[in-house]
Amino acid sequence: MGTLLMIGTRKGLFLARTDERRSWALEGPLFPMNAVYAVAIDTRPDTPRLLVGADSEHWGPSIFTSDDLGATWDEPEGGALRFPAETGAALARAWQLQPAGADQPGVVWAGVEPAALFRSDDGGSTFSLVEGLWDHPDRPQWMPGGGGLCLHTVVPHPTDPDRVVIAVSAAGVYRTEDGGRSWQSSNTGITAWHNPDPHPPFGQCVHKIARHPERPDQMFLQNHGGVYRSDDGGATWGEIHEGLPATFGFPLVTHPHQPGTAYVYPLVADAHRMPPDDRCRVYRTTDAGESWHPLSAGLPQDHAYITVLRDAMCTDDAPTAGVYLGTRTGEVFASADEGESWASIARHLPDVLSVRAAQVG
Amino acid sequence: MHVRVPAALRHAAGGRSTVPARLGGSRAPDVRALLDHLAATLPDLERRVRDEQGALRRHVNVFVGATNVRDLDEQATALGDGDEVAILPAVSGGA
Repeated sequence: MGTLLMIGTRKGLFLARTDERRSWALEGPLFPMNAVYAVAIDTRPDTPRLLVGADSEHWGPSIFTSDDLGATWDEPEGGALRFPAETGAALARAWQLQPAGADQPGVVWAGVEPAALFRSDDGGSTFSLVEGLWDHPDRPQWMPGGGGLCLHTVVPHPTDPDRVVIAVSAAGVYRTEDGGRSWQSSNTGITAWHNPDPHPPFGQCVHKIARHPERPDQMFLQNHGGVYRSDDGGATWGEIHEGLPATFGFPLVTHPHQPGTAYVYPLVADAHRMPPDDRCRVYRTTDAGESWHPLSAGLPQDHAYITVLRDAMCTDDAPTAGVYLGTRTGEVFASADEGESWASIARHLPDVLSVRAAQVG
Repeated sequence: MHVRVPAALRHAAGGRSTVPARLGGSRAPDVRALLDHLAATLPDLERRVRDEQGALRRHVNVFVGATNVRDLDEQATALGDGDEVAILPAVSGGA
């Protein structure tokens, strides 16, 4: 079975394909000069559907889908996602395109800027605003992070369609337990380093959240400073960053098959967004954050000033999981052995903003 | 009047580089009425020029003759029958 890697960059989408995950064929750029912050591979249909959020500096944002693995792309007349007129808002960017659980075929969530959540029931062809979050009384007080006021993370529950967790920069975590009608902030235990009160109910600068489908109440979170775990579905959080060389970072992904295994990419601090010791290292925990171990074989270890953005790390779904790392310096590293060893599979691309991989065909 | 369509948007205008437009009704013709007309007839062209709230996109310029409507009355800029309106990408659209 082949593997497809979608690589969203600041200047277009690249597709990398392989049969054995050693040599890769690179195609692109598709949507040249469009910034591709969101990519997704929906493996629920018999033929996987690819989704892309592509923003033209000139002509605005779009969401495209492909049902033939990237050969052709569709966008409905009038666009896939528009804010209703009464909101007074206009779509600036799709930050996250996230298929829901297998029991909800056709449901795809979109997290966008300005911060809002949209839901699709037709696989991502068209979206509707989740009004319960848009109307939340906290929303007028949300403040933008460095990337704008964006809803960048959507974590659907794997089996309960009523439960969804989201993250907004810099409002923090919100969750619903009634399918999106009502939402509550869910930041208990997460420190807001930039706030006079370090533990406000909302206002945290959460960068990424992930969970394993077999252990849905256990969630991992990379904060602006700090890595956290929740064991109660996101209601409360505790620090798990002891053993990491730094607490700052953007991406966090879970292993596709092993609950309790997660990967992060530490950076020194928000005032020094480069890896510790100028070495490119992924850190992995296999015990839910009790301990962390560096993974560096094949990654640059000398004068490496490499940043990895929040959606630029992912895993695939192969029996021996692959892990992928896209850099702001336009390089993509891939590991076919769960992070033990890495190889550069693409170089000299524009800044990598997003990657997703899956077995296809 | 005619609307000149930039190469990047011709796919949304049936491949044409120029689109004729005849604005009817009692409304005095202006740029907003023209773009509303495009929204009804060529929606994929119009939404590349304005966002869903009707604002001109930041890095798109609309010219009436040789003058940018941002230097006139924005979308309230009046149009005459013989005017040529050009949609052009701004040079400010990123590196």
